[in-house]
Amino acid sequence: MRALSCHVPLLSLAILLGGCGEVWNNPYPSQDGGGNILYSAFTERPKHLDPVQSYSEDEAEFNSQIYEPPLQYHYLKRPYELVPLTAEAVPRPRYVDAAGRAVAAESPKVAFSVYEIRIRPGILYQPHPAFARDGDGKLRYHDLARQDLQGVHSLRDFPHSGTRELTAEDYVYQIKRLAHPRLHSPVFGLMSEYIVGLKEFAERLKQADAALAAGGRRNAWLDLSQFPLEGVQAVDRYTYRIRIRGRYPQFAYWLAMNFFAPVPVEVDRFFAQPGMAEKNLTLDWYPVGTGPYMLTENNPNARMVLERNPNFRGEPYPSEGEPADAGAGLFDDAGKRMPFIDKVVFSREREGIPYWNKFLQGYYDSSGISSDSFDQAVRLSVEGEAGVSPEMAEKGIRLETSVGTATRYFAFNWLDPLVGGSQPDAASRERAKKLRQAISIALDWEEFISIFANGRGISAQGPIPPGIFGFRAGEAGINPVVYDWSNGAPRRKSLNVARRLLAEAGYPDGRDAKSGQPLVLYLDTTDRGPGDKPRLDWYRKQFARLPIQLEIRGTDYNRFQEKVRKGAAQMFAWGWNADYPDPENFLFLFHGPQSRARTQGENAANYANPEYDRLFQQVKHMENGPARQALIDRMMAILHEDAPWSFGFHPKDYGLIHGWVSNLKPNNMARNGLKYRRIDAAQRERRRAEWNRPVLWPLGIVAVLLAASAAPALWGWRRREQARGRA
Amino acid sequence: MMPIVLWTDALVFLLLAATAGAGLYIRRHEYLLASWRRVGESRAGMAALVVLLAFVAVGLLDSLHYRPRLADANGRPANGYGTEVRSVLDALLQPLRAATEKTYSAPLATHLYARETVELPDGTQARVFPRLKHGGAHLGDAEAEWGGDVAWRILRGLFFAVLAGLTFLLGAVHLAARHWAVGRSQAWRRMRRGETRFAWNAALLTAGLLLLLAGPAISLAGGYHVFGTDKVGQDVLYLTLKSIRTGLVIGTVTTLAMLPFAVALGIAAGYLGGWVDDVIQYLYTTLNSIPGVLLIAAAVLMVQVAIDTHPDWFATAAQRADARLLALCLILGVTSWTGLCRLLRAETLKLRELEYVQAAQAFGASAARIMGRHILPNVMHIVLIAVVMDFSGLVLAEAVLSYIGIGVDPSTISFGTMINTARLELAREPVVWWSLVAAFTFMFVLVLAANLFSDAVRDAFDPRLTGRRIAHSAQGQTA
Amino acid sequence: MLAYVIRRLFYAIPILIGVNLLTFTLFFVVNTPDDMARMQLGVKRVTPEAIEKWKAERGYDKPLLYNENAAGAARLTDTIFFEKSAKLFVFDFGRADDGRDIGHEIKTRMGPSLAIAVPTFLLGLFVTVSFALLLAFFRATNLDFWGVVLCVAMMSISSLFYIIGGQYLVSKVWHLVPISGYAGGLDAARFLLLPVLISVVAGIGSSTRWYRTIFLEEIGKDYVRTARAKGLSEAAVLFRHVLRNAMIPILTGVVVVIPLLFMGSLLVESFFGIPGLGSYTIDAINAQDFAVVRAMVFIGSVLYIVGLLLTDLSYTLVDPRVRLQ
Repeated sequence: MRALSCHVPLLSLAILLGGCGEVWNNPYPSQDGGGNILYSAFTERPKHLDPVQSYSEDEAEFNSQIYEPPLQYHYLKRPYELVPLTAEAVPRPRYVDAAGRAVAAESPKVAFSVYEIRIRPGILYQPHPAFARDGDGKLRYHDLARQDLQGVHSLRDFPHSGTRELTAEDYVYQIKRLAHPRLHSPVFGLMSEYIVGLKEFAERLKQADAALAAGGRRNAWLDLSQFPLEGVQAVDRYTYRIRIRGRYPQFAYWLAMNFFAPVPVEVDRFFAQPGMAEKNLTLDWYPVGTGPYMLTENNPNARMVLERNPNFRGEPYPSEGEPADAGAGLFDDAGKRMPFIDKVVFSREREGIPYWNKFLQGYYDSSGISSDSFDQAVRLSVEGEAGVSPEMAEKGIRLETSVGTATRYFAFNWLDPLVGGSQPDAASRERAKKLRQAISIALDWEEFISIFANGRGISAQGPIPPGIFGFRAGEAGINPVVYDWSNGAPRRKSLNVARRLLAEAGYPDGRDAKSGQPLVLYLDTTDRGPGDKPRLDWYRKQFARLPIQLEIRGTDYNRFQEKVRKGAAQMFAWGWNADYPDPENFLFLFHGPQSRARTQGENAANYANPEYDRLFQQVKHMENGPARQALIDRMMAILHEDAPWSFGFHPKDYGLIHGWVSNLKPNNMARNGLKYRRIDAAQRERRRAEWNRPVLWPLGIVAVLLAASAAPALWGWRRREQARGRA
Repeated sequence: MMPIVLWTDALVFLLLAATAGAGLYIRRHEYLLASWRRVGESRAGMAALVVLLAFVAVGLLDSLHYRPRLADANGRPANGYGTEVRSVLDALLQPLRAATEKTYSAPLATHLYARETVELPDGTQARVFPRLKHGGAHLGDAEAEWGGDVAWRILRGLFFAVLAGLTFLLGAVHLAARHWAVGRSQAWRRMRRGETRFAWNAALLTAGLLLLLAGPAISLAGGYHVFGTDKVGQDVLYLTLKSIRTGLVIGTVTTLAMLPFAVALGIAAGYLGGWVDDVIQYLYTTLNSIPGVLLIAAAVLMVQVAIDTHPDWFATAAQRADARLLALCLILGVTSWTGLCRLLRAETLKLRELEYVQAAQAFGASAARIMGRHILPNVMHIVLIAVVMDFSGLVLAEAVLSYIGIGVDPSTISFGTMINTARLELAREPVVWWSLVAAFTFMFVLVLAANLFSDAVRDAFDPRLTGRRIAHSAQGQTA
Repeated sequence: MLAYVIRRLFYAIPILIGVNLLTFTLFFVVNTPDDMARMQLGVKRVTPEAIEKWKAERGYDKPLLYNENAAGAARLTDTIFFEKSAKLFVFDFGRADDGRDIGHEIKTRMGPSLAIAVPTFLLGLFVTVSFALLLAFFRATNLDFWGVVLCVAMMSISSLFYIIGGQYLVSKVWHLVPISGYAGGLDAARFLLLPVLISVVAGIGSSTRWYRTIFLEEIGKDYVRTARAKGLSEAAVLFRHVLRNAMIPILTGVVVVIPLLFMGSLLVESFFGIPGLGSYTIDAINAQDFAVVRAMVFIGSVLYIVGLLLTDLSYTLVDPRVRLQ
């Protein structure tokens, strides 16, 4: 009986809460219902929001809506194309020789490329206390003492804010910040190779910083504008110039990344004041930009909120794109001023299952599809085209697909004596090559894709994914070592071919021809969570078919990286996501001098082939065109033959979106897509109510059960008391 | 084939030998035998014991490991052994182990649970549920024949179960009759009515029920996946049976590992007192005050690193996984010995003041001798109760730790790893429920049996120790 | 009394040092400072210089435990261990390895953790004590027997099943509460309802059994027989005498848990996406953020020691015969 009595308040509480609205399970405040708000999720808490440090995609999800580098990718056009964002035009490099004279692009005398970027006037920053000025026009919050910050916990605690126009100097300032001694920019190493004078500039800053520290002003503000940087200069208020060593056509792509977004000197100085950092008031936490949105709530444990930047100039929605875009309604807003959505709420969702379920309930507007939910969500038509299943279509859910600019691969360590390629004698090299080729055939990536990615991927014929220059479709593009072309599609060669290769490699039937010992190979993976067991079983099965015995060494990510770094792993599975849509960004993964084990480069397999390296040097700086394609084809042929990787697959991104979201087109390069999006909040409200009717009978059953179990207790109680009374 | 004795195997068999030795010892000591007789009187306890023995049998079969010899290939004799370590249980379950499908299939299904694009003879493609490679493969027309076949197999299984049960029962009655020196019908009546001291009726009834469940299951397993298949098409029944060993090892080896510490330190602290007591108390307060999960996480990671950096220590993946299992047992032991240690210290403090200990001291017996000969035997009942009581808590703890990712090696099949993958399957639509249900059922039965048995043991040895299990199992539940 | 408390607090210092040393050893056997730097700096384009810089900034470039190059006491103080541990004793947790202030983080996450733990604790205590009292009242009847069977069955179910099953049915199938998440203020109730309910149900089995035995022990005592002999009704005996006296072992048993409520629950918080200290701990383990792990371990130990102290004090409060020396 007492057990029952405590459940009654709970039940009534549930009913009370339910009484507040139509649906009981809305995770958002009910007053937000019907608002022009987009709901999204993030799984990892962002580590850095400082554009100099942030390099991960989940951080770009926020930063790219706030910061505006000079260039951006066109939202609709494919292949990916750079278009101006704050710049007047996409800059064309001017080539000069060592003496500063202009020369032709192809000239061997090219010593520097000069990019001159002109930004549009009249662009304003978001409101921010760092720009606030008092009556005399002096910056209000720039000479704060520690005690002025008492009671200040977030930027909202500063009553005044201001804005100012974007200038070329802000861009220059940010490039200087790449070399800041107290910040770690992941691209500083790379950029100091190219931007003239950046390395020396970093040295000077380091000395200045040391001098500050020696003068007892450790961590005081280091005014970068006081130090000239040779290769980067503001020409006038709206123009700046970057001088690059040699030719580096890919540099334009970097200009579309947040590393090259503007940071105003006032903001840097504002946050450098004493006491700010202790209160988490840093640029790393509170981004300041000119973009369509500004970060108004930053609570990485629970939610991040972007709100419309009132000072945003209003960029027009694009009116060009792919032919299919018109049918998809992607031009309905052409020419209208963006952004369309007032507020974007990102909720922290650590696990995939709640994410997916909340999407189905209408509480997230778009979702990726976990492999396990695939069959429910997606139906492949007779032609093999993916579409949403009838149940989903009925809910008005649409499917967006795109092949990502990424590749998943299975690498052989070139330094390994068994499967590598750097043995001293040619005979062992040949044997190892045959072994690699045999394994490449045996690893059935088509099956991997169908089991573990539910068909969301295409098997790779080489490192370059479709959509990037250098990729060849059709028969010309296949990897002839692993595939045959038949019936208009690549077919994986039969296992017999692989077994023959294995025998030629000196391991007939998986035994060493001389000793008779079975061949045992080792795979290093980071798959070691309980859910990864099926994948490990799959690898073992693939090798067993040859038959080769596979031992899997699962390690944590750090250990894994360390092994790869030391060249101690025999085989490992890994992936690469493109920085920018240029083949160089994939081809350099095989460039000998960038070997991971030798030089800590990105060539994790430590592959080295002099002919390949020579071609790479040529291809690297070429403009896209038939000549470049021809060289890439030759490089592909080398890779196919040498097989330093078993080219795995290019994952496909499948995204589901609800019927009330429009203007969404997956774009693997552009992260600033929120400004294009539009939602129909009224429709969403209706759908949510329809999909989330609370089911009440279980509550009734619980109540009845409790009552039923209380009855005998009550009865027994009565009887006992009476019995005692009588006695 | 080459027999392999994994570390945990060795410990399991050591434990088995110790149990047998203890059994012999108890037989010869009437006062101990009396307590155990009281255990035998408990119906629930004996029913639980039968279930536990069934689990233990599976676990023991799964603890006899070997590496199969490689088959001769193309006339060349192989002089090597496979790197795959198998157990006798694997060999017995070979049909289940080998019968892998492509992906999910429901219990007793004949078709895959997911649609697949297949190419039809006319060259077009369609999305259909393909037939399974093994489940119901013997059926021609699956839809028409399925019901009859399943019913027939269940009946056949029941028939053999009843047959086996009756044989067993007759044997038992016969033996009992000889033992009690009465007629067989008399013996049978006694057993049936529960007029015996030992709870024969409960034990036999449970054994009969187990047989009635196992018979049809074995019969069906010949042609179907009784519990369906998982994501990569492995038979869930096989996985569940393999999980049993992991659970048992965690539950028993952990206690085995911690016992020496707990007993030695507990008694030493209580008996010697002084600075020894201070040091030991400091040790267990310090260990206890670190949140258990964090300690386990750090230690498991540390072991993992050691294993990762020395791949040459282990010849096979199974040995590596076993090392991690053993490490987990040891770590759980380290975090759980403090409770028992404290109990023993308190008990020893009491015993120290007793006359016979004082007398032994007066005779000049050494401290070690007194602790070993006089105190240890008198605290053994506490140790025994702690051991049986910790068992269920540890089995539960394994599941939670594996869920957080600091449990067993992912290649070890355990209830925790099963639950973890099954959890993701609940998000599928239509839902994949069988892995979770299978894991739940087996784990529930195992833990329930362990709890009932430990209750019986506790009641028989010391009815006043009841409340103390909380302290022990709490770490499993809060982890 | 006060002197006793103070002395006990002094005893805590060597324990805390031991805890720190142990965590420190375990953690750095696993993770070199290089590993930590790499983890924090990301995967792409990390140069050795950047790693050195990271380590130098956070003080991880020193020797771990013993500095050979320093002189005198600095040999022990100019090390990672000393620098990182010393401040903990004044509850200055410093910054997490990703640069956030740990103290601030703990303060903001304490709310959600307590919002789950306190209702769970109180409600759980209430439900289980009531249930146990009921069983004690009906002792040696069928109701008692089946009640105990139910308890044993309930404690044989892994807490994972309670959570998985509860979340699946209540949130996904019946749409009664949000699947996961958290909000501040009154809104929190909707998010907390299910986790609290599940935690309470998961704990019923073992606690009820424990309390039942305590009640039964109490009922067997002489004073209860006297009370009954006076002609008091069974209910009056149970509530007025047994319950009051049994509360002593119950309360002293649970006092040790109370401070640890701050630490939150790892499982429930991670399943329900509640931004409390439990999920903070898990995040830190996954991200190998040593500063946070160390801080959490330290707080956990302090709370445990406080719990032990409170237990001792509660003995004197409920039983004046116990003297603390």
